[in-house]
Amino acid sequence: MTDRTRLRVFLVAAAGLAVALGVGLAGLPRFGSPASTYADVINALAVPLRRSTDAVSAVTLDFRGIDTLFEEFILFAAVAGVSILLRPLSDEIGEMPEDQAPDRRVPPPSPAVGLLGTILAPLLVVAGLETVTHGQVSPGGGFQGGVVLASALFVVYLATSYSRAERFQPGGLLEASDGAGAGGYVIVGVVGLLAGAAFLSNTVSLGQPGNLISGGTIPILNAVVAVEVAGGFVLLAKEFLDQTAVIRQDRGGRRS
Amino acid sequence: MRDAVIALALVWVAASGTAVVLTRDPLHQAFVAGFFGLCLASLYLAMQAADVALSQLVVGAVALPFVILLSLAKVRKPE
Repeated sequence: MTDRTRLRVFLVAAAGLAVALGVGLAGLPRFGSPASTYADVINALAVPLRRSTDAVSAVTLDFRGIDTLFEEFILFAAVAGVSILLRPLSDEIGEMPEDQAPDRRVPPPSPAVGLLGTILAPLLVVAGLETVTHGQVSPGGGFQGGVVLASALFVVYLATSYSRAERFQPGGLLEASDGAGAGGYVIVGVVGLLAGAAFLSNTVSLGQPGNLISGGTIPILNAVVAVEVAGGFVLLAKEFLDQTAVIRQDRGGRRS
Repeated sequence: MRDAVIALALVWVAASGTAVVLTRDPLHQAFVAGFFGLCLASLYLAMQAADVALSQLVVGAVALPFVILLSLAKVRKPE
């Protein structure tokens, strides 16, 4: 392709993009305009219909619960893809890095970082569990809480060492929780079918709005999402940490 | 008042987003991108979308820089 044709193709594409963007931007609500009709409807219906004081959770896990099911599968597929791509190849071995100067002791992490990690890691676990279990009452939910739970492991790694953090990443258990979380969402949906209603119908007793147990299937779905997300993110971190810390070229095929 | 907070958050996002593009070193870029995620989360919070702000915070400011930093550590390691 010559420069001339390339320029022509670019001009056509740029003109099309400009028209589409212009039309789209012209149709946007003005800055500072009030919330949409849909938001008003949801705000009016979330508490009476679903007894969930967090309207966003009522939308993502109930009114549009099927969308979240697909997002679950997207995350599941992404984590599975990373696990496959980052597996040890045939010319790679996993071993702890060798010390280039055996007479020198490896300095431990500074006491300040250790103290920070000791305080922060349990706090993150509590904050994660709080975010997961209160998704139907206040902002938060399985996804956000799941990542907060997973980040507790990052803090353990930061404050100690790879070998210490490795004890918190049993590969089989993580893969199982990733899969069980994704499958659990489907099972909750099938419960709706078994109750004689549609897939993912909110058939569980709804409870009182504002209580910890309210919203029917919303807290249950939050819990299974948290199991998947926490397992998936720790698995993701484990794959990347393994690549960085222990997986290296086999000595036989080692260059230089 | 609410519009002023949103406008301020929008300026933060524009400034930090430009900074991500202008930072050429990947290592520095990982940190600037994390800060950009923080600005984006504050924009969502200013628009009262607390759920989305939480999601943005955990992904943009925690997970993304973490994955980038570990990838850089792997790529840069002399074998």
